[in-house]
Amino acid sequence: MVRPPAAPDAALRLWDLSKTFGGQKALDKASLEIAPGEVHGLLGQNGCGKSTLIKILAGFHAPDPGSRLEIGGADVALPLAPGEFRKYRISFVHQHLGLIPSLTVLENLLLGRLAERDAWAINWIAERRAARRLFANYAIALDPEARVADIAPVERALLAIVRAITEMDQKGGVGAGLLVLDEPTPFLPERDVDRLFQLVRAVVAKGASVIFVSHDVDEVMEITDRATVLRDGRVAATIDTRAATKADFIEAIVGRKLAAMAPPAPLAARGPSHAVVHNLSGGTIEGFSLDLAKGEVVGVTGLIGSGYDEIPYLIYGARAARGGTLDIGGRGVELSKIKPGDAIRHGVVLVPADRANAGVIGPLPVADNVTMPTLALRFGRWMLRRRAMTAEAAEMGRRFEVRPADPTMLMASLSGGNQQKVVLAKWFQMAPKLILLDEPTQGVDIGARQTVFGHIANAASAGAAVLCASSDYEQLAAICSRVLIFAAGRVIAILEGAEISKEAIAERSLGGVRSFA
Amino acid sequence: MTAPTHASAPAERVAHKLLTYRLEQFGLIIVWVLLIAVFGYLRPDTFLTWPNFSTILGSQAVLVVVTLGLIIPLTANDFDLSIAFVMTLSSMLVAVLNVNYGVGIGWAVIAALAVGVAVGIINGLLITIFRIHSLIVTLGTGTFLHGATLWLSDSMTISGISPSLMNAVIVDRLFGVPLEFYYAIVLAALVWYLLEYTALGRRILFVGRGREVARLSGINTDRIRVACLMASGFFGALAGVLYAGTQGAADPVSGVTYQLPAFAAAFLGSTCIAPGRFNPWGATVAVYFLVTGITGLVFLGFSSFIQEMFYGGALVIAVTLSQLVRGRQEQQF
Repeated sequence: MVRPPAAPDAALRLWDLSKTFGGQKALDKASLEIAPGEVHGLLGQNGCGKSTLIKILAGFHAPDPGSRLEIGGADVALPLAPGEFRKYRISFVHQHLGLIPSLTVLENLLLGRLAERDAWAINWIAERRAARRLFANYAIALDPEARVADIAPVERALLAIVRAITEMDQKGGVGAGLLVLDEPTPFLPERDVDRLFQLVRAVVAKGASVIFVSHDVDEVMEITDRATVLRDGRVAATIDTRAATKADFIEAIVGRKLAAMAPPAPLAARGPSHAVVHNLSGGTIEGFSLDLAKGEVVGVTGLIGSGYDEIPYLIYGARAARGGTLDIGGRGVELSKIKPGDAIRHGVVLVPADRANAGVIGPLPVADNVTMPTLALRFGRWMLRRRAMTAEAAEMGRRFEVRPADPTMLMASLSGGNQQKVVLAKWFQMAPKLILLDEPTQGVDIGARQTVFGHIANAASAGAAVLCASSDYEQLAAICSRVLIFAAGRVIAILEGAEISKEAIAERSLGGVRSFA
Repeated sequence: MTAPTHASAPAERVAHKLLTYRLEQFGLIIVWVLLIAVFGYLRPDTFLTWPNFSTILGSQAVLVVVTLGLIIPLTANDFDLSIAFVMTLSSMLVAVLNVNYGVGIGWAVIAALAVGVAVGIINGLLITIFRIHSLIVTLGTGTFLHGATLWLSDSMTISGISPSLMNAVIVDRLFGVPLEFYYAIVLAALVWYLLEYTALGRRILFVGRGREVARLSGINTDRIRVACLMASGFFGALAGVLYAGTQGAADPVSGVTYQLPAFAAAFLGSTCIAPGRFNPWGATVAVYFLVTGITGLVFLGFSSFIQEMFYGGALVIAVTLSQLVRGRQEQQF
């Protein structure tokens, strides 16, 4: 890789950056150059080294000797001490935002300042006024007195970013300011991402630079000026966003050309009813009915708050429904009484979106995670055959392409994509009749995403009906033969077969909100 | 982001990891043996004698049973602070029923065990129905039971319990060791089997480590948690029965001193045999390790204050160690 000649005025320049973990190179002579006032994308699959790079900037990891860093044209000695980044006016917003939900917006805003400096007489009235002014500056409608737990997810993200900006501005240190956004968008629906992008543009308009770390190629194409793609710890490409196509990005990330995603052939005629939901109500959802055929993949989507994402949990009994029935396998199930255990007995399984808390048990091995629902059935309720469990887990790991292929590893040590494959293996081994998915590829890298789609398609062709809730329209377009679009708890549009496209879904979702506004 | 170091780690590193794991697994046992060697060297005539060991093995069976009871709800991530109070109440019930009311010893024991189970159910229902933290619930019920025990006994020691209980617990011996030691070992084996080789045991672990995942996997998490607290209530009551048999009497306060040692042993035990998990063999080893230490120090001439210091210090060190074991495990093993 030939490095471009040093631009004297680079906001930040890293080169020959290497980091070795236990003999394995997480970063191998990587380089990164951020121009002043630019939004620079940092992309790559899980394990490509982008988190390591960010953690080196944060002073969390020490890079290998020989790595070099320059900020605003001046040499900076590596490794950085934890927190030293503040001296160089660098500020971070991580995916989990670092907010305390039970405290107010204002308290969260002041968190960093109060944590760092002593203050023996806080003038809350002045602070509140300053916060209001700050939010008005960035055209954000936030009440400083609101509890963070009560505001919308996007508002939390905006708050975290504004806080990072203020922290970046306050330190009169070296450099013009660099804001690092480490995957701030995966939990946000598309419309809200735009609000976040407006804020990002306001930041660079004031002369600071932004590093935007993301999985989402579309977002990177929309917001960045240039992007650096990492693969296996090396720089695979530095891309000028305007001149590039989506295919260029994907090729650089994956390192191979992906076959164009053809939507599945629509079913010529929908088969006989396999699972029927009647008049489901609960949470935001009112009177939802759906007739699913064997082998069919139906998507449900809408804007945030439309309630579509509650449907899998209501049908599964993970959240209490007010009413409704499910006809499955020739039997009617009262949905207001159903519990997850009943749902499983009727052949219904759920892959939740919140993988860390509801999907996997990180501190237990893969084998324990994957055999969880079949323990008593297959391995002897009162005399577990432990070796058979590990063997079967290994076999399932092979079938679902889990890397690394070692079922005794702890779940938490796997990447997001591989954890999700384990979750799919755990449920699909039961030969379910109805599969409920919520954001099945959230936090899953592009390569694993294709594998996940493949497993969903296999399960469907093996005779299951699939209901997939997602705010990822491209994913819905790729796997669904029917998409239901929700607003205010009701279905407002249905797309079928060839009508389904990312744009069509987006248009209907947005249209729905307007008609209900 | 974790780099996939595992796949291509050289054999040497794997061997090194295995060695550290084995050291961790048997570390406590090694330290225990060293401790015995040191005390044996310093006090060969008193410490290193069979009567001393048989006393240690026999008299601490009660503590082993309390600790075994504790690790069941601990595995499900619930604390049972009432267990020592259940134990005191149970021994007092045996004494009051048997001595004051002339109830047959068999029936008295059954009644005491039933009360233990009932307390467990009440604890469990309060925790699961009202979603109160187990620490708070069991702290409350435990203190309540302590008051009930004082009331029941009129704050007096009651002696004169039927000798058949004493015979079955401490008088009759096998290889010179009182039978209660063997009871404790059998119970440890049962708990080990339950936690390691039954679907129920795995479910308890799932509920403890990932409650929401367990719920969405169709496990009735509330029922599991109630069952675990029932088990700890039962074990607490059983320890009370053994205590009454060991002493031939019941007093309303001394059982309470078992609380802290049991927690110390449970956490210390989770650093060995199956590091990172509460496990019955580790807990059993930990009990005898702690008691060996205290007995040895007393033989060296320290007075009884050393007991409190040793147990208290051991609890903090044990929790620190178990945290280290877990923390490292979470990064990667």
